[in-house]
Amino acid sequence: MRVGLFIPCYVDQFYPQVGLATVQVLEHFGATVIYPAEQTCCGQPLANVGLADDARPLAQRFVDLFSEYDYVVGPSGSCISMVRNHYADLLGEEPRYLELQRKTYELCEFLVDVLQVPEIAGRFPYRVGIHQGCHGLRELRTGSSSEIVGASFNKTRKLLESLKGIQLTPLERPDECCGFGGTFAVAEEAVSCMMGRDRILDHLQSGAEVLTSGDMSCLMHLEGLIRRDGQSLRVMHVAEILADCCAQSKTLP
Amino acid sequence: MTTHLDHPTAAKEFVANDERAHWHDQALWFVRKKRDRVAHALPEWEALREQASRIKLHTMSRLAQYLEEFERQATQLGAVVHWATNAAEHNQIVLRLLTERGVRHVAKSKSMLTEECGLNHFLERHGIEVVDTDLGEWIVQQRREHPSHIVLPAIHIKKEEVGQLFHERLGTTAGATDPQYLTEAARQHLRQEFLRAGAGITGVNFAIAETGGIVVCTNEGNADLGVSLPKLHIACLGIEKLIPRAADLGVFLRLLARSATGQPITTYSSHFHGPRAGGELHIVLVDNGRSELLASDDFRRSLNCIRCGACMNTCPVYRRSGGHSYGVTVPGPIGSIINPFADPAAHSSLPGACSLCGSCTDVCPVKIDLHHQLYVWRRRLAEKGLLSWSKRISMKLAGAVLRNPTLYRIAGWFGRNSLRFLPRWLVYNPLNIWGRQRELPVPPAQTFRELYQIDMENKNSLGDNSHG
Amino acid sequence: MDSRQRILNRVRQYQPALVELPAHLQSGITFADPRAQFLTVLEQVGGRGTVASDLTDAESFVRTLPVMEDAKTVVSLVKGIGVGNLDINSCQEPRELVGVDVAIAAGKFAVAENAAIWVTDENLKHRAIYFICQHLVLVVPASEIVDNMHQAYARLGGAFDRPGFSAFISGPSKTADIEQALVIGAQGARSLTVVLVESL
Repeated sequence: MRVGLFIPCYVDQFYPQVGLATVQVLEHFGATVIYPAEQTCCGQPLANVGLADDARPLAQRFVDLFSEYDYVVGPSGSCISMVRNHYADLLGEEPRYLELQRKTYELCEFLVDVLQVPEIAGRFPYRVGIHQGCHGLRELRTGSSSEIVGASFNKTRKLLESLKGIQLTPLERPDECCGFGGTFAVAEEAVSCMMGRDRILDHLQSGAEVLTSGDMSCLMHLEGLIRRDGQSLRVMHVAEILADCCAQSKTLP
Repeated sequence: MTTHLDHPTAAKEFVANDERAHWHDQALWFVRKKRDRVAHALPEWEALREQASRIKLHTMSRLAQYLEEFERQATQLGAVVHWATNAAEHNQIVLRLLTERGVRHVAKSKSMLTEECGLNHFLERHGIEVVDTDLGEWIVQQRREHPSHIVLPAIHIKKEEVGQLFHERLGTTAGATDPQYLTEAARQHLRQEFLRAGAGITGVNFAIAETGGIVVCTNEGNADLGVSLPKLHIACLGIEKLIPRAADLGVFLRLLARSATGQPITTYSSHFHGPRAGGELHIVLVDNGRSELLASDDFRRSLNCIRCGACMNTCPVYRRSGGHSYGVTVPGPIGSIINPFADPAAHSSLPGACSLCGSCTDVCPVKIDLHHQLYVWRRRLAEKGLLSWSKRISMKLAGAVLRNPTLYRIAGWFGRNSLRFLPRWLVYNPLNIWGRQRELPVPPAQTFRELYQIDMENKNSLGDNSHG
Repeated sequence: MDSRQRILNRVRQYQPALVELPAHLQSGITFADPRAQFLTVLEQVGGRGTVASDLTDAESFVRTLPVMEDAKTVVSLVKGIGVGNLDINSCQEPRELVGVDVAIAAGKFAVAENAAIWVTDENLKHRAIYFICQHLVLVVPASEIVDNMHQAYARLGGAFDRPGFSAFISGPSKTADIEQALVIGAQGARSLTVVLVESL
């Protein structure tokens, strides 16, 4: 199974360890991971401010680079949602895109739905708060949102639950937005930071030691506030937690 | 609305009063939680939403037919139906009805449509006294403000402020803040207004094409008092308020109050079929831009709206910036779609007052794809040349860099190393908006691409060695 | 061209391709004991309810209601509950009802899911009575309780063929406009008492 690895631009530049962790996790579960080195960005920041013509070449480039793989996997709900849900606005019903759309996955969904990973052997004895990235939750439906009436499920949670010693801390507002929202973080800086601080406080009050998410963009914003405000809350992408545990099981006799 | 502040500027002011902003946020979150409780108690909730959405979409596709049917039926029942293409015509019609009958004093119940048309000010300029009888609206009217929420008009006002206002206007005890005491004082006062009124003006929650009836939902009973005492009832509605059949009310009345306030139904759901004996019922159908919205493939679905306010209650931005920061009659997510339609330039900051979290879309009882329409708005605004120049320049530059892998790598290298080596005061300069309250990420020495390539080289050389 | 024509022309021109009208929903929530559900929800929305075996029983219950103690003016619209001292038909104008302390009226049926009671202006001179009285008592046949609003409208069928006023009333008037604090008794009735009568 050839998996084309899609690494969001900000992960490539600022959080390379998240990319490495993603590779480790995918390879641990048997995927052959290939990283097309000419990738740059999915185009979301441009599309989100309405510059469709500027985003289009990036979308086209993505399709060109990734079409040949069996699957395309990326450690970001918002970037994957851009590809699956918003590229049609830019590319129309282009057949190669439609095929790609079907095989493009966010990391947790890929692990749960495609690889159907069993329990992950590994210890992570910490109190962990999950931040649900909005795009992953409400656009990719990687989990049930608190607004919708129906069965409760969550792919990120499912993966973490199986780790030994982990305590997933409950939140007052389980899926409120962190306030990153791309250019929103700068254009509406005051509200963005208030939203971020409220999320952080929710996690602190629930006793979390580690804050995790499937979206490094959310975590970048939250970590920015945590560090400026001097809060003690360690920030890790889900891939990093899973990679940590996968590595443990490697070293076990 | 006469405010000239754009949303980010107004929001910044609101957020600056941290205690008050959190109080406002908590108050609305509380309403959202109440909604969750009653929605989750109905296993068929999602089916109801889907049904409501389909009924509305169908109605919009046959709106002309339903408007004519409604007019026919209502007229047969003895009501008089008027048509207004815009706010000015609406106001003139209402004024004429009142002056023809020598009415100088009107009791009005909550109607966002009349707010939209600026009816109160218009009538007052013509010497007619209008009393908003919904308690929240009355409070806001006394303060010479606009409502900040379409269902909870005074949600931004603290009880101390209400107490102060009532002390001045109604002679309640100075410093009294007990809501029960204050409501009682308002009740006594408003009763007199109902008795004095020469006419009652209401909005309409649902207009039934099949029967020619109109339905008005309230908790206070003010609409009913306002129209059951005087002889003249004027009901004003936007043309999108039509529903095909009486039985459709089963769906909408189950969704409306649950979505709006977390109640299973409002205290009163009054069905008016024709005037009362000896009275008159005049119904004013208002277009005011709705037919243009109907033409829009992008934004037509916003006409599904039943004005429940659930999108506002759930919106993390609305809760932390308040309705007034939008500068429009109907704020929040739905307002950020329909107002730019009327005047894109004036309201260009509204579609950006959104982190695209999608919560609004998930709570909307009529399944308007709210956050998707806000996303589409950004594209339309850019096409109209209404993107702020700073956003346009920075993003066009970013686009050029991202299109070219080499440029991207060079720009990334510069960015990371600037962060690593420039002095802090230079990095966190006034132009660095991100850096006002947040740290920038710690820049790594190498990118993922570089580390991955090193990894691959190591693996390959190991591989070579193993075969050597 | 008048506004009516202008609007209809525009709407006709702009309305999109037909979206089918969905068939009515087949089912809604139902309850094992609709009466119990009704009474529970009624209390939740600030009302009070009781069950009476017949009209005589209902009348004695109404007589002893706390709101009747200091009531000076009472209107009864229910034959068989003779506690009224003001004949509504003697009032020319609805404003004359401003002094009514307690009004007893008939409800046609009730809805369990939301404690709503259907009232009309059939044989009623002044519909204002429902809203202008200080305290409202609604007498409803105990056998006439449906589970949900879909059943309610199915039951109402052609009820809207004639001009008139009708309403669902659920609980007493209320407001939460002052800092979201719930206050029972806003502009309409301060209290709602429901008497479910078993044999009417």
